[in-house]
Amino acid sequence: MNVSLNPLVWFAALLTLSIFSFLYRDNPFYRFAEHLFVGTSMGYWIALTWHNAVKPNLWIPLVKEHNLLYIIPLILGLFYFLRFVPRLNWFVRLPIAFSLGWASGVAIPAVLQASIIKQLQGTMLTPAMFNRWDTGLWSIVILIGVICTILFFFFSAERRGIMKPIAQIGITFLMIGFGASFGYTVMARISLLIGRMQFLLRDWLGIVQ
Amino acid sequence: MAFLSWLVFILQISPPTNVIAYDRPNDAGKAIIIRWQLSPQDTELTRYEILRISADTVQPVGSVPAGIDEFVDVTCNDGIQYRYQVVAVKDTERAASGITPPVMSSAQWFNTGRINVLIGVILFSSIVLYFIRSARRGKPLFIRRIAGLDALEEAVGRATEMGRPILFIPGIASVANIGTIAGLNILGEVAKKAAKYETPLLVPNRDPVVYTVAREVVREAYTSVGRPDLFDPDNVYFVTQEQFGYAAAVCGTMVRERPATNLFFGMFWAESLILAETGATTGAIQIAGTDSVHQLPFFIPACDYTIIGEELYAASAYLSREPVLLGSLKGQDYGKLLIVSALVIASVLSLVGLTNIWKFFSVQ
Repeated sequence: MNVSLNPLVWFAALLTLSIFSFLYRDNPFYRFAEHLFVGTSMGYWIALTWHNAVKPNLWIPLVKEHNLLYIIPLILGLFYFLRFVPRLNWFVRLPIAFSLGWASGVAIPAVLQASIIKQLQGTMLTPAMFNRWDTGLWSIVILIGVICTILFFFFSAERRGIMKPIAQIGITFLMIGFGASFGYTVMARISLLIGRMQFLLRDWLGIVQ
Repeated sequence: MAFLSWLVFILQISPPTNVIAYDRPNDAGKAIIIRWQLSPQDTELTRYEILRISADTVQPVGSVPAGIDEFVDVTCNDGIQYRYQVVAVKDTERAASGITPPVMSSAQWFNTGRINVLIGVILFSSIVLYFIRSARRGKPLFIRRIAGLDALEEAVGRATEMGRPILFIPGIASVANIGTIAGLNILGEVAKKAAKYETPLLVPNRDPVVYTVAREVVREAYTSVGRPDLFDPDNVYFVTQEQFGYAAAVCGTMVRERPATNLFFGMFWAESLILAETGATTGAIQIAGTDSVHQLPFFIPACDYTIIGEELYAASAYLSREPVLLGSLKGQDYGKLLIVSALVIASVLSLVGLTNIWKFFSVQ
């Protein structure tokens, strides 16, 4: 056993144990770690936002390069602070409207391109898929799965008649997909836990090599 | 002597030929594509160097390994004429091609490689606008039941009966995320119910812009049901942008404030299971809705109801029953029928020999 003498390692190990203590119940150690985490992360993000967002995207172009166009985003950004002035707090809706409008405008064509048109191309049957029987069979299975899954989310008809088996096939495909995703992600989470355990047992306590 | 000249000739490397340079199409400018025919001794070469000639200056702009016949110069300035030369390099030997005619880079307003996207946007928008118009004219629009959304009323009622707050998490993505926008729409409807039943609504946020929007949404909802006095701005608050710092704080809120109802609507990442599991241990009724395929498998076992993907987008129309939103939802439904039809028709056409149909779905 070769216990670390580094105070920072001790501090990190005690914070890790404090967070783990939440598995038992809420307690003062967890609360301390939680508040410290939130506070330090917020301070870190403020510095990060200044250096990665405000400084390169506003301060340098406006103040150092004298590009006056940047006054527009500056004013829009400052409108967020008008929430503190009751008579003028409706101004905050302008940057919100701008952000939402911009986001929708950017998202709609991108989603149509990546999530619909490219997916259609990847799903449709082509003669080349039937060069081998197994690829042909899987292509048909995928096509049926995609159609049934899309129709599972069809809200304009009751799930009766033909729509009932279609929806059942659709949810079966969804659940198979979710099951695979669950197993894959749990493995990744276990590796995170192993990493933390290695820190405690190797870097802190020196029990394992 | 003649033999030596012949030997030097056959040992010399030949330059690349047919060098052409042209403005890269469908881009935002500042890029020129240079293509050439490989040198006959390509396999013996080390690399090709690309030289850019503007006014009187010759400047190397990059190099590619042997076997590559294309280079994109992304260091151009629009509106300036450049000429290019490609040099085949073998150790210390160099063989330069001819110089291309002058070429200029420029930005294009329209990306011709995405006409199919434009057609799609126009088609979908037309369908949605048609149904919105129909809804505004008073045409009744049918929407089937969605179990998870029906449970929202019950979940809010439970919190009211128990005298405990409702916790609403609008995801941790930015406002540019479609799931976040859908989550904020649901927040409005939940806030109306919370205001009606006089039940406190807690909304911790990870993104500063989402926080601002969420606050406005809740304020609007309280005002719209005639209870602006019940709106407490401190109940819609910003926590931190750090993902797990946010998760730790929300978990703390769950065990300390003991909300009777936890609602997770929006985009989630690895914190989803931490939040949903903690909520489950407090005995709260939990409803989650996300379009994140990777997080749905965690919400399904840990929550009482899960709104899956597309149902999240349908939720605001379903809950509010506003004609405009219902029309939009109906339009999306017919858009889905269009997608299924396109898939079936394109597959059939492709299988009967019209393989070019596949190219229609290519996007540059």
